[in-house]
Amino acid sequence: MRKNLVLWAVAVAVLVLLPPLVIAIKQPYYIDLIRRVMIFAIAAISLNLILGYGGLVSFGHAAYLGIGSYAVGILAFYGLPGGWLQFAVAIGASALVALAIGAVSIRTSGIYFIMITLAFTQMLYYLGISVAEFGGDDGMRLKARSQFPPLDLGDPVQFYYLVLVLMLFTVFLVDRIVNSRFGMVLQATKSNDARSRAIGFSPYPYRLIAFVISGAMCGLAGALYANHTSYITPNLMSWLQSGEFMFMVILGGMGTAAGPVLGAFALLLVEELLKGWTEYWQVVLGPLLVLSVIFFRRGLAGIFDKSDA
Amino acid sequence: MTWALVFEQLLNGLQYGVMLFLMAAGLTLVFGIMNLVNLAHGSLYMVGAYLAYAATQWTGSYLAGVALGLAATLLVGMLVEVVALRKLYERDHLDQVLATFGLILFFNELVAIVWGRAALYTSLPTWLQGHITLFTGSRYPGYRMVVLGVGLLVALLLWYVVARTRLGMLIRAGASNRTMVGALGVNIKLLYTVVFGFGAALAGLAGLMAGPIYAVQPGMGELILIQVFVVIVIGGIGSIRGALVGAIIVGVVDTLGRAFLRPLLATLISPPAAESAGPALASILIYLLMAVVLAVKPAGIFASRN
Repeated sequence: MRKNLVLWAVAVAVLVLLPPLVIAIKQPYYIDLIRRVMIFAIAAISLNLILGYGGLVSFGHAAYLGIGSYAVGILAFYGLPGGWLQFAVAIGASALVALAIGAVSIRTSGIYFIMITLAFTQMLYYLGISVAEFGGDDGMRLKARSQFPPLDLGDPVQFYYLVLVLMLFTVFLVDRIVNSRFGMVLQATKSNDARSRAIGFSPYPYRLIAFVISGAMCGLAGALYANHTSYITPNLMSWLQSGEFMFMVILGGMGTAAGPVLGAFALLLVEELLKGWTEYWQVVLGPLLVLSVIFFRRGLAGIFDKSDA
Repeated sequence: MTWALVFEQLLNGLQYGVMLFLMAAGLTLVFGIMNLVNLAHGSLYMVGAYLAYAATQWTGSYLAGVALGLAATLLVGMLVEVVALRKLYERDHLDQVLATFGLILFFNELVAIVWGRAALYTSLPTWLQGHITLFTGSRYPGYRMVVLGVGLLVALLLWYVVARTRLGMLIRAGASNRTMVGALGVNIKLLYTVVFGFGAALAGLAGLMAGPIYAVQPGMGELILIQVFVVIVIGGIGSIRGALVGAIIVGVVDTLGRAFLRPLLATLISPPAAESAGPALASILIYLLMAVVLAVKPAGIFASRN
């Protein structure tokens, strides 16, 4: 991250200047689009912490997006629109669920870990479908946006800047974490499990803590996303969503600060482009993704950051 | 709740179990031998169902449709292996998961383009539509019995091929040391393609048998695929015996849970509470089961040697 401060500054400047610019050209839709991309970028950043730096291939990260969203939706449903409370519960609940899922999953490794995280998320997905009080299959409408006086999330531009600030904060936070002693151990367990054991670090607690932090951060993305769409469905927790997060991280570049952000922008903007082009956009996206896995191994961040191989 | 009903649901569970086994066998073979995680296995299930539907419409004969559908799914599987998956054997599981995820998007959408997004309902020939009497007062759909029989027959056949034939010997040898098998002059690439096509045909068989029981629609493969993952995680990845045991357990537990959990809960807690808790609990039962198995044995019940 530090090596590319200029690039980061340019990117942030572009994102800061975007709202007045698109309002000037009367295309406010782009504020919505980029806001959604940035919310998903937060989720991808959180996944990158465990996938990119910790080597934990979680195929169930959408679970925390769903839990964060439902926390906001359910509190609003019971007449508690306070933003601080809602976001605290969203993050806390995601952390708790991540603790429970992680405690069982991290005992396994490799392909078992991929499948068990997938299965746990599937469990939450079916739970979301079958609980009729909160809309079941159809989902629930968010009664009112979270209240953060004097901020008004109903105002697209204010909400946009909040998401931007939070996204940059999560980039910063992950950067701090991975460069701390804790982060060094986490990366060591990824690159060589046996050696990190040999020098006295049992990987399990480090992995579990990273898993919980990652889940909590994704819960934040979920709380933001509930406010973004004002609508919460079990589909947020579908395995397609989890797969999309993984693609963002891989496409952008695993284990790099900019990777998940670049990946989120690239994937969602390409999707947007294809959706405008044909109803059957997935028939194009699918092979594109296969090709990118086969031929484009280092991700987008690799283009910008050649020193970091 | 009568015993006849319990027995019927038990049969349903077994029938679902053997279908899960057909899927799990292919997936676990491909994993055991090529070390490939194939998420697109569910797509082959779907492709099998659609191709058999199309072939039945075209020929007007159910049996010809089944045969053609199976052969076509085998070819689709081999094609996918040669075009896309062959390049992924040496990659890590993450790349394999992502690439085959891309394939799923492709197949789901392709099927939607050709046959539309609405569910298709396939009909059975009259000779498969009847019921059989199990014992007095209990009639069971003959077709489900046929599915159960075919599944068990294929399981037996699979055991014979893997344990008693030259091909099976190569498969087992390839699973334990592929470099060595290649060095002994076996065309390992061809072997892989054949095994993959074989697995695809098994998935296609499950799909075309599922057609008349469940709806044929885009995305049908993913519903069963994730349950198949549960099966092979419980049974132990790479083990066909584990796949069979896991499939039967998951099939029976899932079916009985959906049928009886709600009335059972209603006797314990208030009926309205059971009304909402029953289905919720039933749909997550197998995942809970898997979590328990993994907490006790992290590599599944029949963990393979390596």
